[in-house]
Amino acid sequence: MGEWRYWFAAQRGTLLAIAIFVVMFLIYILNHPAGFTPNVVQTASNKAVLLAFVAMAQTLVVITAGIDLSIGMIFLLTNCLASWLVLGTPTETAFGVVVVLCAGLLCGALNGAIVIYGRLQPIVATIATGAIFYGLALLLRPFPGGSVNEDLADFMTGKFFGVIPASAVVLAAVVLVVWVPFSRSTLGRGAYAAGSSDVAAYMSGVPIRRSKFLAYSLAGLLASIGGLFLTFFTYTGEAAFASGNAYTLFSIAAVVLGGVSLFGGKGSAIGAIFGALAFRTIGDLLFVFDFDPLWQPLFQGVILLIAVSLGAFALFRVRNRLEWFL
Amino acid sequence: MSDTTLTGFTARLPKFVRRDPAVATAFACIVLLLLVGSLYSPSFLKVDYLLQQLKVASFLGVIATGMMLVVLLGQIDLSVPWSVAVGAMMACAAAAYGPLGSALAVPFGILCGVLIGLVNGIGVAYLRIPSMIITLATNAVAQGLMVVYTGGFSPQDSATPAMRWLATGFAIPGIPNSVLIWALIGTGTVFLLTRTRFGRSVYGIGNRERAAYLSGIDTRRIVLIAFAICGGLAACGGVLLAGYASKAAQSMGDAYLLPAIAAVVLGGTSILGGRGSYLGTIAGVILITLLQSILSVMQMPEAGRQIIYGIVIVAMLLLYGRSPASR
Repeated sequence: MGEWRYWFAAQRGTLLAIAIFVVMFLIYILNHPAGFTPNVVQTASNKAVLLAFVAMAQTLVVITAGIDLSIGMIFLLTNCLASWLVLGTPTETAFGVVVVLCAGLLCGALNGAIVIYGRLQPIVATIATGAIFYGLALLLRPFPGGSVNEDLADFMTGKFFGVIPASAVVLAAVVLVVWVPFSRSTLGRGAYAAGSSDVAAYMSGVPIRRSKFLAYSLAGLLASIGGLFLTFFTYTGEAAFASGNAYTLFSIAAVVLGGVSLFGGKGSAIGAIFGALAFRTIGDLLFVFDFDPLWQPLFQGVILLIAVSLGAFALFRVRNRLEWFL
Repeated sequence: MSDTTLTGFTARLPKFVRRDPAVATAFACIVLLLLVGSLYSPSFLKVDYLLQQLKVASFLGVIATGMMLVVLLGQIDLSVPWSVAVGAMMACAAAAYGPLGSALAVPFGILCGVLIGLVNGIGVAYLRIPSMIITLATNAVAQGLMVVYTGGFSPQDSATPAMRWLATGFAIPGIPNSVLIWALIGTGTVFLLTRTRFGRSVYGIGNRERAAYLSGIDTRRIVLIAFAICGGLAACGGVLLAGYASKAAQSMGDAYLLPAIAAVVLGGTSILGGRGSYLGTIAGVILITLLQSILSVMQMPEAGRQIIYGIVIVAMLLLYGRSPASR
């Protein structure tokens, strides 16, 4: 009983995110003209999986009490890179995928090196590196264009056995390959410890620097998987400033909806994924209810504002006013 | 040994360099940029050109002034892009409502910016939401509101003659009005920061909000006011920009977030708050403007500009913006 309660307390944010998603998705499906068919699920999954990858990436950094405002730009840069490289014979395509993933990892590692070893504030440092990544993306694709191995793209955005969306399977696979080992490793626990209290973790001999560095690097890797998927959907590369910014913003919204604390040390990537899915579904609700698409940015902004304001309820639990000023 | 020579060396430097190496570095970089620029094109050192640069810098200067106040508190305002756009669009929108509307266009635009700032301030000061997050959210909401209002296109209303005069006119022959406005706002800010209780409180909160609160400062009110001023100044910058271009545009503010933060930080204001002078921000603004100007004279494409921007900011931060090592 006791064990179970602790587990429940630790996973409360994640469970809440899953609940929000299930409710939103039910409303969406019940009002969708086509109803619950594999095609509707496939479209929904394909749309949501991009944000899910970026949100997962943001989670890793947020857990260490940092933030990565360049995540959307890494996503763009890898999209532009993929539109050059993921082409041709299977071997060339595979090589291209590996290069794109390495580029993402490298971008994340650059952020990590500047923030951790350069001891700069993550906000300013990642805004600056975001400008660099955007510049590189623009250098690769001054105009939208390029192409991608369409067999691979169609496979990745299609359905397995005509039922299960492939993008959802890949998402699950990435969770199993990247997130589960990370969160259970010493360095993963170190990332949580560093986010919870940097000083205490340092004093206890937790390798906080290596932990944080790994978290930032893996964030770059996950963002690049998102960038690859964007290429699979659009068949092109485009350095669209507004889209990069929007993904950064939405990743933060998804992370907050997914019960990850922005002060660090709390939450999981699973929660963030469901936060992302819920956020996307909320955005799509407008379409099922036939609202003017013009209202979508405002609607998403208001949801974001409400989501971040929910954290303020913790203030009611504060007994000593001095704890306001952390 | 090297330590003693270093102290001997620093002791011989002029007083202002010792007191504020960041500001001195920024000014040195300005001189360097001017020299490099003059090698490229001889017109770089002409008075006309420099005044033109100052005029362009004044828009960024007004916006960066607000950003500096917030950064001094140890916070950040990421809602600047759409505060700028809201200020510009609302001022132009008011201009469509007859003579009364045109008369009130400038104050109305600024008021809308102040409202955005107030929402930010309430979120940061009273709800204790991290400033980075709440300002991103209000930025999204402001964008959504403007998209609904304009229908997703650039608004058709144009700037009033008064706005155009403020941005491009000459009240004193030879000196553009926008530079005068920046000078006025700058003087006001210096007075506010160095001579008033509010200013001392801002520095106090930036250093340690807990200590400021225990010393009897109503820290939440100060934070709220600072965010409101920041929003108002961003909108004021937007009004000037709209006057300069004689209309408002959808994403006119996007190009000002990074430069505003960069100008403040390059001017030696600590991003953690509590440290920095307005002189530094002036230096930062001029430095950024000159850098932009030189890159465009060199016909550097947008991609190269963004990369150089990012690298310059990271490099300058690594020079003097690092936090202390944990031990």
